[in-house]
Amino acid sequence: MPAHPDFVFGFDAALRGGALPTGLIARDMTEVERRFAVYRNNVAVSLSEALAARFPVIRRLVGEAFFTPLARLYAETDRPRTPVLAEWGAGFAGFLEGFPPLAAYPYLADVARIEFARGRAFHAADAPPVAPEILAVADPERIRLMLHPSVILLRLRHPAVAIWARNQPGGAAMPLVQGPQTALILRDAAYQVPVQSLGAGDCAMMQAILGGQTLSQAAGAAQNAEANHDPQVMLVALMRAGVIIQATE
Amino acid sequence: MLPALAGVGFKPDHFAAIRKDAADVGFFEIHAENYMGEGGLPHAQLAAIRSDYPLSIHGVGLSIGGARGLDADHLERLRRLCDRYEPDSFSEHLAWSSHGAEYLNDLLPLPYTGETLGLVCDHVDHVQSVLRRRMLLENPATYLCFAQSTIPETEFLAEVARRTGCGLLLDVNNVFVSCTNHGTNSRDWLAAIPLHLVGEIHLGGHDTEELPSGPLLIDSHGAAVADPVWSLYAEVVSRIGPLPTLVEWDNNLPDWPVLLAEAARAGAILAARGAGLARAS
Repeated sequence: MPAHPDFVFGFDAALRGGALPTGLIARDMTEVERRFAVYRNNVAVSLSEALAARFPVIRRLVGEAFFTPLARLYAETDRPRTPVLAEWGAGFAGFLEGFPPLAAYPYLADVARIEFARGRAFHAADAPPVAPEILAVADPERIRLMLHPSVILLRLRHPAVAIWARNQPGGAAMPLVQGPQTALILRDAAYQVPVQSLGAGDCAMMQAILGGQTLSQAAGAAQNAEANHDPQVMLVALMRAGVIIQATE
Repeated sequence: MLPALAGVGFKPDHFAAIRKDAADVGFFEIHAENYMGEGGLPHAQLAAIRSDYPLSIHGVGLSIGGARGLDADHLERLRRLCDRYEPDSFSEHLAWSSHGAEYLNDLLPLPYTGETLGLVCDHVDHVQSVLRRRMLLENPATYLCFAQSTIPETEFLAEVARRTGCGLLLDVNNVFVSCTNHGTNSRDWLAAIPLHLVGEIHLGGHDTEELPSGPLLIDSHGAAVADPVWSLYAEVVSRIGPLPTLVEWDNNLPDWPVLLAEAARAGAILAARGAGLARAS
């Protein structure tokens, strides 16, 4: 084996807190440890800051003093697998769920799922919306909608949408209800990524649409889930957000 | 080729101010890894910037100084990004940032040996063949040296450029940081580097920590450019004429006018010190 892989292995082990590799030289050899600490610190701080940028509400909820060591621990157990740090953190919700000191706050994982999904929606591919006229003349019995790649439906065990909304800058105090919530996340035409909590009817309708069913099947599913559900409301909201990208018969 | 003017790193926070003022900036530089998502606001902003200004794409994640071959998926994403925006320059670092599949998000140092020289040249060749363009390789800011190093940093960089045909990105702040940290002289370093290979200059800020043996400088990209770095920069420009010069300010991001003023300071040096030496283009 050539020496460089050994060097990288040893250097990385030291970054993780192991003994310093041999052969390090500093102007004053008593300062080697301090100088190596610059690299340790850069790795730990930069990853922790990347995670904070990705999960700002989690940081707000647990507080910065708790978040920083939490992020460092997460970074050590689930290091990024790509230099594209916006994609890092898929495992953070599961990590929070299994982290004993946070056992009393089971909703945190669901909030992290919302934040991760918002990042995916923010960076999702572009796709232009269909012209609204297409829907006006469409036959609901036959038409199927394709939604924008940013559209994500999350079924959550906790009222995490309300918690997320309360922790937005200037966030409205949405009433906290107990029990599960379904979150609809999408990127609208102004590149905003709102998070909405869906009622049973809207939720069934969205699942049907995303599952490739026709509009009338989706409206029927919504009716079954919620009496007197009006499918027009969701349809108009999707259209206004510009996330209906195909309507095919 | 980038124009021999002062440019700045593009930050989304500054987008509105840049557009409002139709800012007089020689070029913008972005970190490639921030634009590897598929779409959305980052690409909408970058496309708008690209249509009005020359663009430099600067990678921070290729791990050119790493032990194994480059991450083929990441290189492919970089190729798509370059195809999409056709930047006037692409640059990366003489450093490693990944170990195996794990990304460490720092520019880590490597010993300069015959073995690492061969590896770095292979990696630069690989990048240039996939991107089908010449890249610039940036000198690192370092805090430690290695007993196993057998090649001076300047010679190492020059030899990579000679073997691969790549150019150099001269980070003057990194020169000052490394030389101060190692007790060597920045002017000696700059006298030893083949300046004709330099295609772009970086200027950034650093932090200072006082150790018993003297100051330990830490490359932070979070402050104004220090006076000794401005002096070294002016000397370089006086020697070789104007070069595309980037003011890097990535952390503790200042308001747009502050960053613009820092770039204007570089622009004034380019105009005053490089005027008599402007290269024929």
